Amino acid sequence: MNFIEARKLVHEYIHRDDEGNVESVQRALDGVDVDIRPGEFVAVLGHNGSGKSTFAKHLNVLLSPTEGTLWVDGKDVSDEGNLWDIRKNAGMVFQNPDNQIIASVVEEDVGFGPENIGVPTDEIWKRVDQSLRSVGMLEYREHSPNRLSGGQKQRVAIAGVMAMEPKCIILDEATAMLDPNGRREVLSAVQELNEKKGVTIIWITHYMEEVIKADRVYVMDEGKVVMEGTPREIFSQVERLKELRLDVPQITLLAHELRQEGLDIPEGILTRQELVNALCR
Amino acid sequence: MLRDITIGQYYPADSVIHKLDPRVKLFATLLYVVSLFLFKNWAGFLLAALFLFGFIWLSRVPVSYMVKGLRTIVVILVITALFNLFLTPGETLVEFWIFRITREGIVSAVTMAVRLIFLILGTSVVTLTTTPNQLTDGLEKSLGPLNKIRIPVHEIAMMMSIALRFVPILVEETNKIMKAQIARGADFESGNIIKKAKNMIPLLVPLFISAFRRATDLAMAMEARCYHGGEGRTKMKPLKYKKRDGVAYLVVLVYLAGIILVRVLVK
Repeated sequence: MNFIEARKLVHEYIHRDDEGNVESVQRALDGVDVDIRPGEFVAVLGHNGSGKSTFAKHLNVLLSPTEGTLWVDGKDVSDEGNLWDIRKNAGMVFQNPDNQIIASVVEEDVGFGPENIGVPTDEIWKRVDQSLRSVGMLEYREHSPNRLSGGQKQRVAIAGVMAMEPKCIILDEATAMLDPNGRREVLSAVQELNEKKGVTIIWITHYMEEVIKADRVYVMDEGKVVMEGTPREIFSQVERLKELRLDVPQITLLAHELRQEGLDIPEGILTRQELVNALCR
Repeated sequence: MLRDITIGQYYPADSVIHKLDPRVKLFATLLYVVSLFLFKNWAGFLLAALFLFGFIWLSRVPVSYMVKGLRTIVVILVITALFNLFLTPGETLVEFWIFRITREGIVSAVTMAVRLIFLILGTSVVTLTTTPNQLTDGLEKSLGPLNKIRIPVHEIAMMMSIALRFVPILVEETNKIMKAQIARGADFESGNIIKKAKNMIPLLVPLFISAFRRATDLAMAMEARCYHGGEGRTKMKPLKYKKRDGVAYLVVLVYLAGIILVRVLVK
């Protein structure tokens, strides 16, 4: 059973004028088919306006599909009765770290989710402890979120989601507002959750470097899934990615250019080490 | 300018008063404020002073720190005292030009001033020893019965705590916008009051827009974390009465009884 199954998913943003007449219809998702297995680390790539955030918001039922079907954890999202179950099992981390922290103390913010779903007090404390530890923020539990760095705030936000014990975490451009250090911090925290706790991760981004470690990559453009495969499969198609106005990681690009110049190295090189090995063969 | 706002300031210390349940402190404040307007003579005044300073001493907040808080109300204090001094009819003591000072005037000016000072000191002990979160929690719990008459107590408390969380963020944002606008030639310093107020527009418009954007983001983040109002919600830090809270209730009630007794007995 797939954790997420989208079939011909369509979402239209309808803009209305003051009288409520339809001014224009914008098709943000256009027949998206996606399958994600439990425990996978899946990256969704695309430049601005490709529909990747709209897709993410469907997974948490913040938006409902206009057409098509979407099952999350075996539950149909168009059924209102499943709403809280789905939100509990598919946690979401957003872009702006400041705008998703609710309480003025770190531990109280992490406790917010469990409080909402009615977890008993002792259990909340246990979960807050565990999830703060799992993102390495336990020592900051009594701090005010305002004094933390961007990367630390995002880790608190992840802990807040973890405390609800979801099966899946969706990170909607969670690193877009962070500096390189913060980005690395958040990415490694998420990878650890994926490897150690088997949490399904859906990582939405437009930074190419971040998707190298993913199990599978979906590339979206103009509301459609245009490419799908392992990072290596995706990055061996440098020309196609350029057409989609996406940057390729520097190392991959260098390897590609070298290959074009006639050097005998394979396509889809992802890391510096691989390139060194290929060159020194 | 913005750093002078001291509402909800918390003075961390390890004292009995700090550890009291916020509900006790709210209840005590209410009774204390009422009691201030009950006493009429020196005996009642003495009792209230004793209660107040005992409270301050127990809280371990330095008195100088509290007196600083009084500076903000000096103007109100002086105006109240002057009105009472000149406008109370009675036995004339001094008379010059259109002013007349009466014996009753002096008495009521002094009592009014003392009442105001005691009021501010008493309430600031509570805000200084209680974190804003505890205060909202206490309010939510003690106003709980109002839910029955359809007052959304939980929502109001939630709004208060979110507002407190966003104060520093919005202050920072204001400074940022201010700098950005100064860099483009905006002038926040010169001119009279009306001109200054007009000059605030390029500061306030972006601030409001950004605040609304933050509000939508936050609402979405809260929904994504299963927030659906106070119903079926558990508490991470539930308020539980301890022995000392019972004692505190008793002390406050004894004090109120004392004030009433003094009012009735001492002439």
